[in-house]
Amino acid sequence: MSRKHPTPAATQGAVAKIKREPDTLDRRGIQMLTPKLLQALGISSEDELFEEIPGEARISGIDLPPGIGESEMIKEIDAILSKNRTADEMPTFLGGGSYRHFSPAVVSEILSRSEFYTSYTPYQPEASQGMLQALFEYQSFMSELTGMDAVNSGMYDWSTALGEAALMCGRMKHGSRFLVARSVSPERKAVLRTYLKGIDANVQEVAFNKETGRLDIADLRGKLSEDVFGVYIENPNYFGVLEEEIDEISSVVGETPFVVGADPLSLAIMRPPSDYGADIVIGEGHHLGNSPYFGGPLIGIFGCRREHARKMPGRIIGATIDAAGRRAFCMTLQTREQHIRRDKATSNICTNEALMAVAACAYLASVGRRGLIEIAETNVDKARRLSDAIGKIGGYRSPIFKASHFNEFVIGCPLPADKLSRSLIERGIQGGISLRPDFNEMGEAMLLAVSELNPDEDMKALTDALEAIR
Amino acid sequence: MTYRQASYDEPILFDLESVDNVGKGQLPSKIVPERLRRQSLSIPDLPESAVMRHFVRLSQMNFSVDSGFYPLGSCTMKYNPKINERIARDPRASSIHPMQDISTVQGSLQIMYELERMLCTIGGVDAVSLQPAAGAQGEFTGLHIVRAYHESKGERRKDVIVPDTAHGTNPASAAMVGYDVIEIPSKRGLVDCDALRSIVGKNTAALMLTNPNTLGMFEKEVLCLADIVHDCGALLYYDGANLNAIMGRTNPGKMNFDIVHFNLHKTFSTPHGGGGPGAGPVGVTKELEPFLPVPRIVKDGVNFSLSYDHPKSIGKVRAYYGNFAVLLRAYIYIRMSGGEGLRDISTRAVANSAYLLKRLEKSLDLPFGGKRMHEFVLSGSKLKEKGIRTLDFAKRLLDHGVHAPTIYFPQIVDEAIMIEPTETESLSTLDEFASAVESIMSEPAEMIRTAPHNTAVRRVDEVKAARDLIFSYRALVEHEKIEQQRRPQDSG
Repeated sequence: MSRKHPTPAATQGAVAKIKREPDTLDRRGIQMLTPKLLQALGISSEDELFEEIPGEARISGIDLPPGIGESEMIKEIDAILSKNRTADEMPTFLGGGSYRHFSPAVVSEILSRSEFYTSYTPYQPEASQGMLQALFEYQSFMSELTGMDAVNSGMYDWSTALGEAALMCGRMKHGSRFLVARSVSPERKAVLRTYLKGIDANVQEVAFNKETGRLDIADLRGKLSEDVFGVYIENPNYFGVLEEEIDEISSVVGETPFVVGADPLSLAIMRPPSDYGADIVIGEGHHLGNSPYFGGPLIGIFGCRREHARKMPGRIIGATIDAAGRRAFCMTLQTREQHIRRDKATSNICTNEALMAVAACAYLASVGRRGLIEIAETNVDKARRLSDAIGKIGGYRSPIFKASHFNEFVIGCPLPADKLSRSLIERGIQGGISLRPDFNEMGEAMLLAVSELNPDEDMKALTDALEAIR
Repeated sequence: MTYRQASYDEPILFDLESVDNVGKGQLPSKIVPERLRRQSLSIPDLPESAVMRHFVRLSQMNFSVDSGFYPLGSCTMKYNPKINERIARDPRASSIHPMQDISTVQGSLQIMYELERMLCTIGGVDAVSLQPAAGAQGEFTGLHIVRAYHESKGERRKDVIVPDTAHGTNPASAAMVGYDVIEIPSKRGLVDCDALRSIVGKNTAALMLTNPNTLGMFEKEVLCLADIVHDCGALLYYDGANLNAIMGRTNPGKMNFDIVHFNLHKTFSTPHGGGGPGAGPVGVTKELEPFLPVPRIVKDGVNFSLSYDHPKSIGKVRAYYGNFAVLLRAYIYIRMSGGEGLRDISTRAVANSAYLLKRLEKSLDLPFGGKRMHEFVLSGSKLKEKGIRTLDFAKRLLDHGVHAPTIYFPQIVDEAIMIEPTETESLSTLDEFASAVESIMSEPAEMIRTAPHNTAVRRVDEVKAARDLIFSYRALVEHEKIEQQRRPQDSG
């Protein structure tokens, strides 16, 4: 049997008889059943341990190839991963919800402390103060950035944070419609629709202004009514556009629960959404200290005003004291959660993305106030310079929206955007996201993102390539 | 075992900033329009050395699998092999954007595709989606599939049935998908066919079952239960939290389940990360495959791609394709174990549990009698005679250098103590644990009631936390200021 590129499916029908290398299980701490243990249990065969399984339901084994050793595994994975081309190996201009940012070495060193990564949810606070304090610090950072008093210790990602936020709005106000800006990522809108099926509510989109890319306030006003139980907008939005009329939007939304989505990095230099009336603030935090990992894990930021804390989903860490009067931390408001409230819980979430929250906390601590502001401003500056440079190339419109941007912007292309992407890949450049499938009205358009990880040479390579592909 | 956890009065990060530094550093420049510009940002500026020292100290105040025995029932706290970590740090795994051109992500897709196939084999199912981020999201996904399946037949069934021993996520997930939850009482710890027969009907959408259940008991009548569910047109859902007990002995498909979720962070050794990330892939029968979330990973000859063209799909349950970093670790674990190794893993997991139960039964009661698989639930009601509760007992275990078991769950057992040792513990560790339990039984009640004594902090006041609602540094500073002002008056 070839072990070079195993395709388990191809080996069906042949339960392996070959004995694996002796160290494959033991090395990884897995204990084998020994005669001594059988004797201690007073049984003669291991099969006696499984007597309760009815005969008709039994199987003789698992039809997978034999195990392999560590060195062989490394070789195999190496062969598979070499088929990938990483974002570090080619100028990359992808964003749209997953972002690439530099993470200082200290962050990965902190994350590799196995006291953190091999621990479970801190149900026993006395033995888990480390994780609890780190999560409390994560909440504190996010509180500072979003302006929300009650930030939980994380959801799966931005999209499920949106789904949960909409459900929470449903607990705050009765209604049948949830309004969402059309200028929100299609990925997030798709997840929102799945989550809202559970309460049989409808999602209705609010248009954006074709010139500025900003929310169409008249459309918002027209669609708001008593049966709307929540409004969601993003600032910056999916097109990287800053919602400059945010105070007007907020006053139109009025008493309806108002959910705002934001990139936490943008909040280093932008007003916290609490400033303009947000009831719930959500966002994505994976790029604070972590790599994209092909889209997961991510971490959804979720915060709300303190008065709504009991309606919140997810775990939340609170400060308290111990029996000796010393400061201590523990999970709190657990009576909202599934393990206590069952079908009346505010959410089903149990396993979350705690380690990603530790990463975000370590990242924010290591870059600090100055670093964070500098990174955010560098990103704005780079986006502006790149969009200006592309705008000078004949045939391209850049940026297509007359507006201020964060680190993303949309360009209009003289050829189909997916064709442009393919031509760029042939030149060793990973372009942006084609908007054609989800925003047909914009014609051939591409969403480009930049960060401090795109040096000027990258941007030059892109503009040169665009010059050539017209 | 003598155990002392490190205990620092470690300041909160925000308090670490030196006084000379506070207020220094620029505010945002004019790069953002004035109406959107931030006016202040209270985040500390710290030297890297201070940050590292802070987190190392915190880590030393955190119990983990790598520090000691963690017999948390239903959580499968097995050792997390380091080879998983080493490979997962490879930039060719980490530095991949989810929207990259498909030609540049063939390696990642191959791993995911093969993992799907391997999970199909292990679970006895026909198709798998790796998208769900956690077990509970697997349930959420599975129940949306249940709903879509019935709706495709023009039916809107209202009820999901769960046993009284079910994990809390089961009823919570069912409610989130819009179902009413019907709880079925168990009989001597097991779901009873007659009881099920009496409550199923044309409104039954699904029965959710964990097998072995949360008491560690195998639902012997599972095939009968499956028939009852299927005869009324409903579906049978397998909560895979306890899959570690049965690999290579039976599988959900063989037990006639229609939908199953796997907890890769339990059965397949990926670390729990202090609460996450995990991964909760969902497997289904051929008939239900069209309803799986999009995108699906498809293989065409030697090339892999993502397919969105599945009109019956329930849509998306999270962004992108799944927690790839977790999937990769599970892939490595399964490949290195092999089919035979997975069977050995379950065998030892059950044997370890049987061994530990045999020792602990002398000290604490086992309700319902009968056999147990990979975990068991004892009752701490006997402790009441001593004037202590299960909670006190659990806290005292911490002093002995082991993590406390899961307690007060499942609710049908008075003062429940739920223990799952896993296959990665040696007999001497199990013996040490049993000795710790025995010695606690003979300790003075006061010692136990005031435990823990050897952890970073003493018994934590959770009631105060729920009353004060302090969720951030800012709130904590304000709260401490108020308390300080109040104090002199109190004493006066």
